[in-house]
Amino acid sequence: MFRSMLRTTGFALAALALSAGAQAQAPIKIGSVLSVTGPAAFLGDPEKKTLDLYVEKINAAGGVLGRRLELYTYDDGTSAGKANTFVKRLIEEDKVDILVGGTTTGSTMAMVPVVEKAQIPFISLAGAVVIIEPVKKWVFKTPHTDRMAAEKAFEDMKKRGITRVGLLAENSGFGQSGKKETLAVAGKYGMQIVANESYGPKDADVTTQLTKIKNTAGVQAILVFGFGQGPAVVTKNMGQLGITLPHYESHGVASEQYIKLSGRAAEGVRLPAAALLVADALPKNDPQKPVVVGYEKAYKARYKQEVSTFGGHAYDGLMIAVGAIKRAKSTDKAKVRDAIERTKGFIGTGGVVNMSPTDHMGLDLSAFRMLEIRNGTWTLVN
Amino acid sequence: MDRFRGLAVLALIIVVLPLALRNSYHYDVAIRIGMNATMVVGLNLLIGYAGQISLGHAGFFGLGAYASAILTSRYGWPPIAAMISGMAAVGVIAFVVARPILRLRGHYLAMATLGLGIIIYMVLVNESGWTGGNDGMNVKAFSIFGFSLANERAWYWVTGAVLLVAIVLARNIVDSPVGRALRAVHGSETAAQVAGIDTARYKVRVFVVSAVFASAVGSMMAHYVGFITPQVSSFFHSIELVTMVVVGGMASTYGAVLGAAILTMLPQLLSRFEGYEMIVFGLILMLTVIFLPRGLVPTIAARLRKSD
Amino acid sequence: MLSQTLQYFFSGLTNGAIYALSALGFSLIYNASGVINFAQGEFIMLGGVCAVMLTAAGVPLPLAILIAVLVVSLVGLMLEKLAIEPAGDADVVSLIIITIGASIFLQGVAQVVFGPGQRALAPFTGDAPIMIFGASLLPQSMWMMGTGALIVLILAWFFGRTRLGKAMLATAHNRLAARLVGINTRHVLALSFVISAALGAVAGVVSAPITLTSYDVGIMVGLKGFVAATLGGLGSGLGAVVGGLILGLTEALAAGYISSAYKDAVPFVLIILILFFMPRGLFGARASERV
Repeated sequence: MFRSMLRTTGFALAALALSAGAQAQAPIKIGSVLSVTGPAAFLGDPEKKTLDLYVEKINAAGGVLGRRLELYTYDDGTSAGKANTFVKRLIEEDKVDILVGGTTTGSTMAMVPVVEKAQIPFISLAGAVVIIEPVKKWVFKTPHTDRMAAEKAFEDMKKRGITRVGLLAENSGFGQSGKKETLAVAGKYGMQIVANESYGPKDADVTTQLTKIKNTAGVQAILVFGFGQGPAVVTKNMGQLGITLPHYESHGVASEQYIKLSGRAAEGVRLPAAALLVADALPKNDPQKPVVVGYEKAYKARYKQEVSTFGGHAYDGLMIAVGAIKRAKSTDKAKVRDAIERTKGFIGTGGVVNMSPTDHMGLDLSAFRMLEIRNGTWTLVN
Repeated sequence: MDRFRGLAVLALIIVVLPLALRNSYHYDVAIRIGMNATMVVGLNLLIGYAGQISLGHAGFFGLGAYASAILTSRYGWPPIAAMISGMAAVGVIAFVVARPILRLRGHYLAMATLGLGIIIYMVLVNESGWTGGNDGMNVKAFSIFGFSLANERAWYWVTGAVLLVAIVLARNIVDSPVGRALRAVHGSETAAQVAGIDTARYKVRVFVVSAVFASAVGSMMAHYVGFITPQVSSFFHSIELVTMVVVGGMASTYGAVLGAAILTMLPQLLSRFEGYEMIVFGLILMLTVIFLPRGLVPTIAARLRKSD
Repeated sequence: MLSQTLQYFFSGLTNGAIYALSALGFSLIYNASGVINFAQGEFIMLGGVCAVMLTAAGVPLPLAILIAVLVVSLVGLMLEKLAIEPAGDADVVSLIIITIGASIFLQGVAQVVFGPGQRALAPFTGDAPIMIFGASLLPQSMWMMGTGALIVLILAWFFGRTRLGKAMLATAHNRLAARLVGINTRHVLALSFVISAALGAVAGVVSAPITLTSYDVGIMVGLKGFVAATLGGLGSGLGAVVGGLILGLTEALAAGYISSAYKDAVPFVLIILILFFMPRGLFGARASERV
């Protein structure tokens, strides 16, 4: 009620502006459902901040197609059920032109049926392969998949002569999906999963599972699939148990918080992640360098916080959307969708994006860099 | 008399409401209110009338939802058959656990129902081969005899009808001899037993009925949304359901409907205030119980009667 | 093999100590007032969160702990004065709902004030593990167990030797009789919340370096504390401690020898089975229901 009043006032003001002779075109409305609170908040929070920041920047630079961008965001509190209602609200009530968002795979998948029916382009910021496989006409995504993370980790292990891996996966959506993909691609890289354990996202102690893995005959490395607080507990426990096996994490820990929480135990941990985390360390001729350095600077200046790859996904999503609208020269939903699908050579924080009718993510393994934590910071492994 | 008047008023609201619903988002909120109300009417029988708390009813909701999702998607069952099988299975489960659980009193009952809900939640999370785990699974659209419920408008009418049927069923239980026994149980179990009422049997019956209601709504919600995650059976969802009963009014069928309406709309009204939703939710819960211990509808009804 | 089992044991004791402290808080309040305080986990969360915020602001750890305990005690007092007392003689269901509301409310406030992220408190005395027969134990775990044992001793002394403690016990047994012999039962109720809150805060602070802390760490600790308290028999202090340790050990052994995916379900399966056969828990054989 209150909002519609606001909007009425807005209309009145707009009418006033028009009568004053100012040229005012309808804004381009971008809708977003993000998990700004709840368990996935550390993904949703930087995503929202990034969208706020860049919508503002784009508007300051004159908008898109001479029109202002208007951002509508709702917080689903990390609940898929709420995401389903909010996406209807964005489409029906707020009448947005395009959707960028959906922090978790659960929220995204709850939005997909609505999006497909309403036929509106939707760029998701969630990880799992199911979002783009099988390809859904109106759904795209920016983050690397969990399958790619497993592949990248295996690739690196292979180089080090590792073939027998102990897997420790979190009981969260991210961890479960990661476990499934890890088991699925292990054979392709000649890897043998010799131990397969789980832990809960809120566990205070996982030494039991780690002891079991450590005592598994022939285990050569440990791969942990989880996000947020869990992997930090795992890492600390590995330090406690004095486990010296090579330790791999997934891209789910790609934020400064993980290093802070884990302390010294994080030394030597390897993970696949986007170039964004090592912006300064990238060689000068790296095509991603200007993009990631620019994003890092802008984000840090505004929020006085370290960047995470999660905010970067939101940046990529917004820029792909804006680029597609520019190329389509309109906000016609079908045209914009087609333009997104034809995105080629877009350089984002996550890598170089080449979409196609069969690939609605457009990233390959080269988008992932293998990082190692040394002296409390991310470094590139060559 | 009273029961028909209430029912008629509600039916009228359901018929007239679409005039105010401008788009499918509005319908969506109305549908969710209707579904939650249906479930809460059932839960109210247990909490409001029989005085037995359950902190695990979202578990039954989840079982119904996943029965529908798994049987239709993985085994190609017709949705209605899946839904009825889910209700039957939940009924059996509820019946089996009801006796030992309802033997418990007060806090021990709270503990046992809470545990039951959490165990169901964990099974849904961990059996990801069947349920898709935390990332959830897709559910086909509901269809019966070749008609499929494809849009919000169709769902609105179905939900409205189901709610009315649920209320009639609930009122019948409340006004039956069983129901009068139920109220006795709420007052004093020992007294009811002394009066020769088999309280255990009545409690079991109500427990089963409320679980089956939850299962039915779970199935409907799964088909309606087209996607479910184990979150639907989480502890927090159980609490939301109890809150709807408490806010609307314990032992008041229409109170349950009002409670469902208020708490379903709450996140929509608070969507501008990220993070404050939990604060408001917690406050509502505390303030209602402290200042309106009987809930909204019974308190208002009492006021009206006084002023007459 | 021995070292492996011993490691499971240590893991179980570490978690068990947290559950035991949480369960003690439940028992204390239950004893004095018959209320199951679902916000007990939130006391633990607030203790950890306050300590982390204060140390981050440069306050030295001992002072930070003291302030955290005082702040949380105050929250406990306010909960009793503003939410439990006004409810009067509400029934069990209503009281459960009030404390659940308080729990959600406190989480919401913590989320707004503290932010949704997770943070860690530095271990009190380093993180070099102590090796015992090939199994390792963190110094912080020793802190936790030591603090837990100390609290149990203090409580035993308080209830066994002091007037106030005896007054609280008397109130627990029969409120009316206690009032007749001149005990201010209202104060006793408030005091039970303050003590529980302080206890929760201490538990939160000593466990924060291990569990890490965020606005939502209290839920599971609270629920499992409730399980532990019920397991031991509501209202029994010894039962709470034993229940907590049994719970922690069962979980660790289940994770080690059965399935780590289902270890969180173990406490709940256990409690339901026990309640089916012993409806009043292991140590609870107290008075019959009031009619």
